[in-house]
Amino acid sequence: MTLGILQRLEAEAIHILREAVAEAANPVMLYSVGKDSAVLLHLAQKAFFPGKLPFPLLHVDTTWKFREMYAFRDQTAREQGLDLRVHTNAEGLAKGINPFTHGSAVHTDIMKTQGLKQALDQYGFDVAFGGARRDEEKSRAKERIFSFRSAMHRWDPKRQRPELWRLYNVRKNKGESLRVFPLSDWTELDVWRYIELERIPVVPLYFAKPRPIVERDGALIMVDDERMPLAAGEAPELRTVRFRTLGCYPLTGAVESDARTVADIVNEVRAARVSERQGRVIDHDGAASMEKKKQEGYF
Amino acid sequence: MLRVVICGGVDDGKSTLLGRLLYETDGILDDQLAALATDSGRYGTQGANLDFALLADGLAAEREQGITIDVAYRYLSTPRRRYLIADTPGHEQYTRNMVTGASTADLAVILVDARSGLLVQTRRHFYLAALMGVRQVVLAVNKMDLAGYSEETFRKIEKDALAFAARVNVAQAAVIPVSALTGDNLVAAGDRMPWYAGPTVLAALEAASTAQRSEELPFRYPVQWVNRPNSEFRGYAGSVASGRVCAGDRVRVYPAGRETTVERIVTRDADLPEAVAGQSVTLTLADNIDVSRGDLIAGLADGPEVADQFEATVVWMGDEPMLGGRGYLMKLGTATVTAVPGAPKFRVDTDTFEHLAAKSLAANEIGVCNLSLDRALAFDSYAANRATGGFILIDRLTNDTVGAGLLHFALRRAHNIHLQHVDVDHAARARQKGQAPAVIWLTGLSGAGKSTIANLVDRALYAQGKHTYLLDGDNVRHGLSRDLGFTAADRVENVRRVAEVAKLMADAGLIVLVSLISPYRLERRMARELVEGGGVRFVEVFVDTPLAEAERRDPKGLYRKARRGELANFTGIDSPYEVPEAAEVRLDGGAGPPGAAAETLLEFLVSEKIIGR
Repeated sequence: MTLGILQRLEAEAIHILREAVAEAANPVMLYSVGKDSAVLLHLAQKAFFPGKLPFPLLHVDTTWKFREMYAFRDQTAREQGLDLRVHTNAEGLAKGINPFTHGSAVHTDIMKTQGLKQALDQYGFDVAFGGARRDEEKSRAKERIFSFRSAMHRWDPKRQRPELWRLYNVRKNKGESLRVFPLSDWTELDVWRYIELERIPVVPLYFAKPRPIVERDGALIMVDDERMPLAAGEAPELRTVRFRTLGCYPLTGAVESDARTVADIVNEVRAARVSERQGRVIDHDGAASMEKKKQEGYF
Repeated sequence: MLRVVICGGVDDGKSTLLGRLLYETDGILDDQLAALATDSGRYGTQGANLDFALLADGLAAEREQGITIDVAYRYLSTPRRRYLIADTPGHEQYTRNMVTGASTADLAVILVDARSGLLVQTRRHFYLAALMGVRQVVLAVNKMDLAGYSEETFRKIEKDALAFAARVNVAQAAVIPVSALTGDNLVAAGDRMPWYAGPTVLAALEAASTAQRSEELPFRYPVQWVNRPNSEFRGYAGSVASGRVCAGDRVRVYPAGRETTVERIVTRDADLPEAVAGQSVTLTLADNIDVSRGDLIAGLADGPEVADQFEATVVWMGDEPMLGGRGYLMKLGTATVTAVPGAPKFRVDTDTFEHLAAKSLAANEIGVCNLSLDRALAFDSYAANRATGGFILIDRLTNDTVGAGLLHFALRRAHNIHLQHVDVDHAARARQKGQAPAVIWLTGLSGAGKSTIANLVDRALYAQGKHTYLLDGDNVRHGLSRDLGFTAADRVENVRRVAEVAKLMADAGLIVLVSLISPYRLERRMARELVEGGGVRFVEVFVDTPLAEAERRDPKGLYRKARRGELANFTGIDSPYEVPEAAEVRLDGGAGPPGAAAETLLEFLVSEKIIGR
């Protein structure tokens, strides 16, 4: 009996989850409501079965996610009895930080990065799981599975701990923390094939259907609520689209697609000629922007 | 899934080869290609052409400086299988990076420049791959375009390489002439080297097998986590590291060695009849025995060894050198223990493979030494099983991963020497003397006043009728430690000896005063753990005298000698003193007479009820 690629990836992710939980004082799983989070949650439930999840979930809410994401998040938490903590940067909210007036860079820094750091400090979490994958982006390819962060949450790419065999060094001093990425070796296609195999529920935004769209700088932005300012003469147009990644709706470009089922998506991803993060506005804020954001404490 | 490590020097064209391999197997998507075109224009070295090297260099600092800093992980898919490629930089820290990449690899791709042939660094790459247990190597003889696609050049390198592969015990080596720049013999053969009939690089990868058939090895299952959701269920979560296990199998739980039966193999989907290497499951056992994280479950036949002393090869990765006698945390499987390496027996010159004498191991050096653990662990030799024979060492202060180790065999010494039980214990001996034993450890610079203070306290205790002994650093150097010098490694050993002697004396019921510079935090902590482990009080006393004042006093004329350069490794001058962070007592040695400092210490001993009034 030889294990298939998905079985192997699943087993390794479970190994990583257990290794971190066994040595963490106060772990948490970052839950961003997207497909990677859905897979990570599913794997965690397998890892600790028949026990319940030995950690809470944390959603850093910028208040600008798609409405369907909020509905899916609350439904998932309710149906599965999850301990879900939602944190919003209150200071940013009070100042009315938003992606339209302040731009994607400021919005992401204040509402996501600063919000995340606030929440980690507030609850004293020392290990935070994330669904990031090495195939997503170039600086991720150089990040460890157990990624050490200073007491200021900073990532130092030049001082990373070597990872040999499957021996992860989970030790840290007070105030320091680890970000742990069980899906490091997965690709986008693996994620969708696993969702198909395991029948994992995902937000309906991943499936193609007619949605109200405006085109801005080449990105197809969905008009998800009335907060979206429209330019004079700009009118949303119904187009059949889906989302390859999910985030804040004003910063997340849709793709034109007819993929209405998970099987359709698997076929589409298999044939894709552009990477999934292409639709993300924040990745394109200046060269090496992901690397810089990570050094500042972004996931 | 095949795990590959790819290694080469700075100018061998490794990133170009990897980038083109990804490109030609459709592993690069259109928007990534567009970004590559932009980056090629900005940082590239290939004129108007795409610079594939920039694909592999992920960090901004790397692209700007044209170097590779860290191991990067890449994925390549063919219809046959998935490749997980660790791309390791060839210059700075090459040993650390390559050993990391090779630790999980089934196959190594090593690059050489056709114009220069096998270099010292190529030999190094072969050696490190073989050391880490990689038995299949693809040697890509790159830049054939710059060598005129010459068969003669290639054949000479091929002959040297095959001879060398045999010498370092690499069973399978394929030598392939390529041009990463033009793509010849990477994915397709091309038409520039008709004289070469062997496989392309991709074909050689496709033909490789997974190196260690871990499911065919004996069953090993390191327990990761005890799952106890309720009183009904007690399961042991883990991954099958090697071999296979069936429900109903008889197994043994190490290191204790209790025998039991696997009752169920639990997963969320369903119970399994069998689990094989690579699977993550949860086992339940028939007997209610004590099993915890760090234990190893194994089959009855071909069990692991159990020992607390081993010989091992250590690859050092820390900025600070490895010092014999210093304690490190060791992670083996899921167990974490304290390990104390002895002085290296030798270190290996990775260019000539000679064994050189060594007192310590610096970063990127490889040596062989004995290790002694604070408790016994189950293990296999690395050659027999990577999963249960490889370990990492962690610095106890910084928590950095500072070393990787490959276990050889258990030392029989400790096996046959069991601790003899003694009926009269230290408490009984101390009661007879009407006192509680303690170790009072004075640390500080040379000339700080340690010995003067210790002597005054000793006299006061003697006058009270206490049974004491004063271990003085200078005196010890004339006998117990006369063979030691003042290098960092020797200082560590000196402190270890004094701590052991102090422990024995405390065991005899004495109040022991130690007056010793003992400059390193880690060794003072080791002394404390040793003494407190025996149930005896340990009091760290920092005699805090400013360097200027100690140097002004200079009672033995040593500072003057050190300043003239006649005395090397002198604490405070050219050897560090690490100030205690949490000493029980801090004495101001710079102000006031020593009698006052001695009084302060005596007051503390009274207040802590170590002595009476």
